[in-house]
Amino acid sequence: MNFSTVTTIDEALAALAAGARPIAGGSDLMVGHRQGKAPLPDSVVAIDRVADLGHVVQHPDGVSVGALVSHHTIEFHPTLAQLYTGLADASALVGSPSTRNVGTLGGNVMNASPAMDTGAPLLVLGAEVELRSVRGSRRVALADLWVGPGRTSASTDELCVAIHLPTRPPSSGSAYVRLEYRRAMEIAVVGAAASVTLAGDGTITRIAVALTAVAPTIVGIDGLDDLIGRPVDERLLADIAHRASDQARPISDLRATDTYRRHCIGIMARRSVDAAIRRALGQHIAVPVNRALGIGAAS
Amino acid sequence: MSGSIVQIVLNVNGIDHPVTVDSTRNLLSTIRTEVGLTGTKEGCDDCECGACMVLLDGQPVNSCSYLAVQAEGRAITTIEGVMTGDQMHPLQRNLLEVGGVQCGFCTPGMILSASALLARNPSPTTEEIRIGLSGNLCRCTGYAKIIAAVERTATELNA
Repeated sequence: MNFSTVTTIDEALAALAAGARPIAGGSDLMVGHRQGKAPLPDSVVAIDRVADLGHVVQHPDGVSVGALVSHHTIEFHPTLAQLYTGLADASALVGSPSTRNVGTLGGNVMNASPAMDTGAPLLVLGAEVELRSVRGSRRVALADLWVGPGRTSASTDELCVAIHLPTRPPSSGSAYVRLEYRRAMEIAVVGAAASVTLAGDGTITRIAVALTAVAPTIVGIDGLDDLIGRPVDERLLADIAHRASDQARPISDLRATDTYRRHCIGIMARRSVDAAIRRALGQHIAVPVNRALGIGAAS
Repeated sequence: MSGSIVQIVLNVNGIDHPVTVDSTRNLLSTIRTEVGLTGTKEGCDDCECGACMVLLDGQPVNSCSYLAVQAEGRAITTIEGVMTGDQMHPLQRNLLEVGGVQCGFCTPGMILSASALLARNPSPTTEEIRIGLSGNLCRCTGYAKIIAAVERTATELNA
């Protein structure tokens, strides 16, 4: 394996243009290699020392999270945890403290696992990924980025440099919950994220729900527009649970059967919406929701 | 995939070690075989168990799933580096005193995770200790005495 280390974005882009693949924390690449699932690429460029990829920047249009920002940083970042709480919920559940130290948001997004924790919250928060190459730069909505398990629409010479999160309207809340069998080093059996904005009278003005590990990619629930204007009540939550189970296309594997996943995704979807609504109403639910509300594995 | 041999310098416990490794070699086997420090253990070799935990610039990292070449220029701390002279680290002493060591295989990783936790959060709650050690599996103790040792160490350090 040809290995190089770079410290600037331009150096990284040149290496990618010459055929190298990027490595940051290596938590996906190295585990895949050591399990024999995927050999290491012939040429690898380490980007973990590119300082310009490591910032969280707040600006009038929202917040930009550099591709190298770690799950640990996201979990404890005051702005992200306050405005984009569902993302912090997800980052706080990834792996273990060591995984969260080396694991980056850019790596999580570009690895494109259908079970990735940060994917569903990023989708409901309306995130866009910024891809850059020696040819130029473009922004891609996440729904257009993930095309299958482990596959993205990015070209091999494109580097994810940042994830852009749009401004949050007032009276908004978000949350991510997952079904898990243990509290650490776990991969979502299924998971769901919700983002909700409420009107002054408590009715829904915006709602988005996305599902984890029930399709070849992270997917949003379609056709939620008819929920706008509805009051928050049991009927609303039951409706969302029904739609989540109905739209899920899960597989059976060693962690769960498709039947069990289809059942549980409804429960997770309604719990994510419930937590997002409570946060939109100003209730404090600590990050991550799974621990705060005792969802998932017992201690 | 074909490898390529590279010469790097790893700073382990404050000492520079020039080593020659295949670029695909992981940090764990490099530390054990090339540097010669065998306190860092290979458990699952799959980033699950934490027996291979080391600190990179003070942060816990599973060395089984980290490229040795990527660790060049960083300060690597292994279990051999936590003592001060012949004085045990307080976590080592407390683990022994409360019975938090049985077979000992998880102990180096536990100590490194706990030391990183206490460096970041000197007064952790029991729940924060459990989360801090959640990447370290122990199949002997049932964890209660390990957590007690970390609590005791925190109390000592804050006294």
